[in-house]
This record gives sequence, C-alpha cells and structure tokens, in this order.
Amino acid sequence: MSDRTSAAVPGAGPRRFLRAALARIPLPLRGLRPRLLTSFVLVAMASSLGTGALAFREARTGVLQQSQDSVINRFRASVDAVAPAIPLAPDQSDLQFAVDQVRYANRSSDWRIMAAYGGHRAYAPNPGFVELSPEMLRSVRDRRVAVFQRMNVDGRPRLVVGMPVTYTSDEGLETMLSGLVMYLEVPQTTEEGYVEAMVRGIERATLVALCLAVVLALLAASGVLRPVRALRRATRRMAAGHLDVRLDVSGSDELADLSQSFNETAAELERTVRELRRLEAQGRRFVADVSHELRTPLAAMSAVTDVLDLEGEGETGEALRLISEGTNRLSGLVNDLMEISRFDAGAAELNRDEIDLAESVRRTVASRWRQEQVETRLPGPGELRARVDPRRLDVVTANLIGNALRHGEPPVRLTMGVRVDGAGTTWAVIEVTDNGPGIAEEDMPHIFERFYKASTSRARSESSGLGLAITAENVRLHGGRIRAANLPSGGAVFTVELPLHRDDTDTAADTGAGGGSTR
Amino acid sequence: MPRVLIVEDDLDVRRAVQLGLRHQGHEVFAVETGEEGLEQLRPFRPDVVVLDLMLPGMSGLDVCRRIRDRDQVPIIMVTARGDDVDVVVGLETGADDYVVKPVQARVLDARIRAVLRRQDASLPDGTRPRAETYGELVVDRAGLVVTHRGEPVTLAPSELRLLLTLSASPGQVFSRQQLLEAVWEHSYHGDIRLVDACVKRLRNKLGEGRNPRYVQTVRGFGYRFGTS
Repeated sequence: MSDRTSAAVPGAGPRRFLRAALARIPLPLRGLRPRLLTSFVLVAMASSLGTGALAFREARTGVLQQSQDSVINRFRASVDAVAPAIPLAPDQSDLQFAVDQVRYANRSSDWRIMAAYGGHRAYAPNPGFVELSPEMLRSVRDRRVAVFQRMNVDGRPRLVVGMPVTYTSDEGLETMLSGLVMYLEVPQTTEEGYVEAMVRGIERATLVALCLAVVLALLAASGVLRPVRALRRATRRMAAGHLDVRLDVSGSDELADLSQSFNETAAELERTVRELRRLEAQGRRFVADVSHELRTPLAAMSAVTDVLDLEGEGETGEALRLISEGTNRLSGLVNDLMEISRFDAGAAELNRDEIDLAESVRRTVASRWRQEQVETRLPGPGELRARVDPRRLDVVTANLIGNALRHGEPPVRLTMGVRVDGAGTTWAVIEVTDNGPGIAEEDMPHIFERFYKASTSRARSESSGLGLAITAENVRLHGGRIRAANLPSGGAVFTVELPLHRDDTDTAADTGAGGGSTR
Repeated sequence: MPRVLIVEDDLDVRRAVQLGLRHQGHEVFAVETGEEGLEQLRPFRPDVVVLDLMLPGMSGLDVCRRIRDRDQVPIIMVTARGDDVDVVVGLETGADDYVVKPVQARVLDARIRAVLRRQDASLPDGTRPRAETYGELVVDRAGLVVTHRGEPVTLAPSELRLLLTLSASPGQVFSRQQLLEAVWEHSYHGDIRLVDACVKRLRNKLGEGRNPRYVQTVRGFGYRFGTS
C-alpha cells in the first residue's frame, strides 16, 4: 500500500510538470493545427526517408556490382586473350607488350593497367599506379582468383582489380599460378554519378512528400477545426445569453455527433428557460392582476372611510376605526404591489428634474414627522443639486426614515454629502442611521427582499413589507446603489448613493449658468 | 356648494365616491358612461368633472377631449397606478389634475377645492391694473380674460392659473416644485409632469414655436415668464 503511494507521487510530479510546461506554450502553438501539421510532416519524412534509404542501398549495391562485374569480365577476357602470347618467364618487354595489348583492346575505357612479374613492372598508358594494399598482394600471390578493391584516391573512387595469370599444367588437370599478375585501375565516376542522381531523386521525392503532407495536414486540420471553432463560437454566444444559437450538422463523424448533442442541449436549455420565464411572467402578471382587481372594491371602501363615525363610542366605534385603519393599510399594500409590478414589467418611468437634494429631503421629513423625531445634517441651500425623480427620491427618503423609526430607537439621523469615487464619478450620499439593535446577521442578505421581515420586528411592523424593496428599486432606477450595515456602536445604517450625472453637458451648463454649482 | 359630475363605470365605486363627496359637502351627480357624462354637461352645469379614465365604450381620454372642445370646466382624472402613458395623454388632452385609485374622499375633496380655487385665484386685486400687456398678449387679471393678437384665448383653469402665476413676476424663475405648490396646491414632491404638460398646452394656445416668447424654459431650474 505504502509502496504504491510512494510510487504514485514521483510519477505524478513529472506529469504535472509536463502539463505546466505545455500550458506555458501559447495556444496557437499547442493547438490542433500545429499538432496535426507536425505529425503529418514527421510521418511523411519518416516514410519517404526510410523508403529512400532502403531503395538507395539496394540500387547502389546493384549498380556498383554490375559495373564491377562487367569490368572484371572484360579485363579477364582481355588478359585471357593476351596470356598465350606471354612466355612463362616474361621479361620487361613481354610485360609491356601484355599491358599494351590489354590497354589497346579496351582503349575506349579509361583504364590504367599494370603487369607485375617478380621485380618487373610494366604500365599502360603511362607509368604510375595506385599503391596496392597488402591484402590484395597476398591474395594474388597465393590464390588463383581475381580480387578487387574499391579505393579512394584523392577523393575520387576507383576500382582496383588484381588478376593472377594462370596456366594449365601439362597434365591438364589443374591450373597453376604463373607468377604474372595483371592489375587494373578504373575510375568509378560514372557509377558515383548514378548514385548521386539517385540521392537527389530521393531528396526531391522527400520534398514533394513534405509539401503534400503539409497541404494534407492543413486540409485535415481545417476539416477538424471548422466544427470545433463553430462549437466554440456557439458556446460563447450561448454564454452571452443567446439561447437560440444552433450549429449546422454536416457529416456523420464524432464532431457532427458533438454538434448534434450541442444542439439538443441548447434546445432543451432554451425550452427550460422559456418555461421558467413564462412561469415567472405568469406569477408577476398574477400579482399585477390581483392588485388591479383589489383596487376597485378598495376604491369604494377608501371613498367612504371618511363618512364613518370614527369618534363613536363603544364597540361600533372601535369596529369602524379598525375598518378604516385596515382599509388604509390595504390601500398602501395594493399601491406598493402595483409599484413593484411596474418595476417588474420594466414600466417604471423616471421623471427627472434638477432639484436641490437637501431641500427635497427637508420637505420629505417636514411633511411626515415632527422636527425632533429626525435629526438631519444637510448641505446648505443650492449646494447639492442633481437630476432625480423628486417623487421617487421622496419615496426613498421616507421609506428609510420610516424604517429606522419603526425598527430602531431614536435618535434617527439623516446625513447627506458628496463622495467622489476612484473612477471620478460624483455621488450624492444619503445615510440614515438609528440607535436600535441593528440588523441580525442572518437577515442582512435578505433585507431588501420583498415581504422579508426580520423576525424580531415582525410584531410591531406596520409596513407592507415592500418598503425597502421599493426603495432599492427606486435607487437602482436612478443608477444608484443602496446598502445596509450595522454601526460598531450598535444601530443600523442604510446608505444610498445616487450618481450626480455630471457627464450630462446640458445639465452641467445649466448648473453653471444658474450659479448653483454643487461645489 | 360645488357641483361635481362623476363619470365612473363601477357601481360600488360610483356610489361610494358620491357618498364620500356629499359627506364633504358637494352636490354630486354620478353617471356610468362617458356618453352620459357629455349629455349631462349642459343640464347639470358642473363646477368640476371627476372622470375615470377606464370606461367601457367611449374612453375617458375621448370624453376629456370632447369636454375640452366646448367647455373649460375643471377636469380631474381618476387613474389606476400603472397607467403612466394615460396620465400623460390625459394631461395633454386638457385634464387639470389627476388622482390615483384608490383615493380617499378627503383627498379628492382637497383636489376639487384646489382646482376650484384656481378659477378665482386672482379675483379682484385692487392694486394691479385691470389688464397687463406683454407684447401681443393681454392678461386681464380681474376679468380673467386673456387675448393674444386681439383674439381671446380660451384657457383651462390650470392653464390660466399657471399663466397668472408666471406673469405675476415676469423674469422670475419658478421651479416645477414651486409651480406644483402654487398652481396645483400639490406637495413639493408632486408629479412634475402636471407642470410640463400644462406648459405645453399653454404654449400651444399662445401659438408659441420652438423659441417660446412668453413661457420660457430655464434648463435645470424651471420656467419663467419672458419679459421681452
């Protein structure tokens, strides 16, 4: 067990290293195309070079063999022709005669001939011969067969043939060595030319095979890569949310199969998403429809609550007060639901107007609460102007303060200021803090969700449960941000940031002309 | 005792609004359809029309248009929240104000009283001259008559009150919020589309082109009455 573990670890090391090294190669180099190209080229080179080498060896041997055989035969015939005319113990002139005869018989060939007998040497066409190897000398002295040897003289290949001259003994039973040896030296340039031409031919064939291999590799690569690329494009499009993307399936190979699977997956995904959207839209429409239907009877009830005698004594008066209160809360709820439905339907309109933000907040507070209920710290008049929807800003401010008063403890404090972020955008920042117990950690992620009520405050909540959700939607509609947090000293803090739209040239010009700059 | 004509198709709502407004001291006549409402305009001679936009048959917008063709009686539209386009079209058609369903009788009563006050807004104000002339425009504050190039201009109550408010201080810039408070008696955070739609109607009636002479826009701030 331990052995196997210890064996696996060093095995994984190099593989991981290899993979890491491969990953460092840029994609164009480790992609399919270069890999296919390399394989094709390697295969083409190996096969053409291998075939060429084998063919070359056989052909070269054949060519040389044939040429040397014919040379030896001709040489033997010439020697045989001249041998009878040579006495058994020839002198220098006999030798000269012999070489001249042989040379003359083969005058068209570039032969160099030497005859040796004892200490005599005769040459044709002129004196001089290659140095003979000791093996050849020994062979022609002792044996009755012709020997040949390939030699290189000054880089030029030569065939050297040694032929002992024999005679038949008087008994006619065996041949005897006469002691006379004829030597032949032939340049082999023609044969070498053949071999060189063959090498060139093989080289050329290899080159053609390489080119073919590259073309084939590129064709094969594009054949494989086209569907792969199409698949990659389709996947990216799908990731971007275009679920209707499909691939053209052509052929019946694995890639076609893959494309087919992709199409099926995409179709299924699209169907599921469409179904989910349909259900969601249905749910939202249901809420909108219900709110709409509730509104008619509610309109009748709201119109008459003022007629009820709310000052009445006893149980009837109490009942009427409850009805009136319930009607008002129901109206608020239905209005909030309608508002949410409009956000969901994308029908919420932003009616911007350039206003003094501090003045707006001051009015919001003044119209709903007593001065001592909310502490405000606001910029001076005209210091902070912005293009916002005044009605929606009122909703945002009122909901945050209302929320703080309901769930927190006094003092509830509202501050407003300006912040410039790293990107150079200027934000109006509104902060509402209370002195209550703060927001429980488990409630924090859900605080802006619809109908989410922190469990601790459920009992005393009078809100519809949509206030913070609507607040968040209004802030988002302005391109702003909202977040909730707890203060270190206890209590919750809600922060709203609204962009000041300084990029709007019209607005900037107006602000400048009016002298109401926010700086 | 203001006379209020209610056009509302739902029986319960119609009776409830009638009850609620009577309780607030109005003389109320309620009809079910737009056609009936137009018929009752002459005999009943309402001081104000409360018009539901969602009506079977002739739509509330059509009714509004037809009333404006012959009468400058104040019109308060009743809309359902979510009918944003209808609100804008209704305001441009000539409605003076709007409320959102469900509405308390108390709130509707306040709007009715406000829109009626608009009509007698600038009644005798002895210190002012009877008629003021601004170029080709003559505003008779006492008689509440406006003439442009010698022709009388018929203005809906909100248009008249807007013109009187702006022209009372020529050159002074009014923010939309100020105008909402002064002309419509809405809160600071009311619907600024009321102002914009009314300005548009007023400019049309005064024959103003691309460069308005009387009701001028001060971008980023609001409107002012041109002195030139």
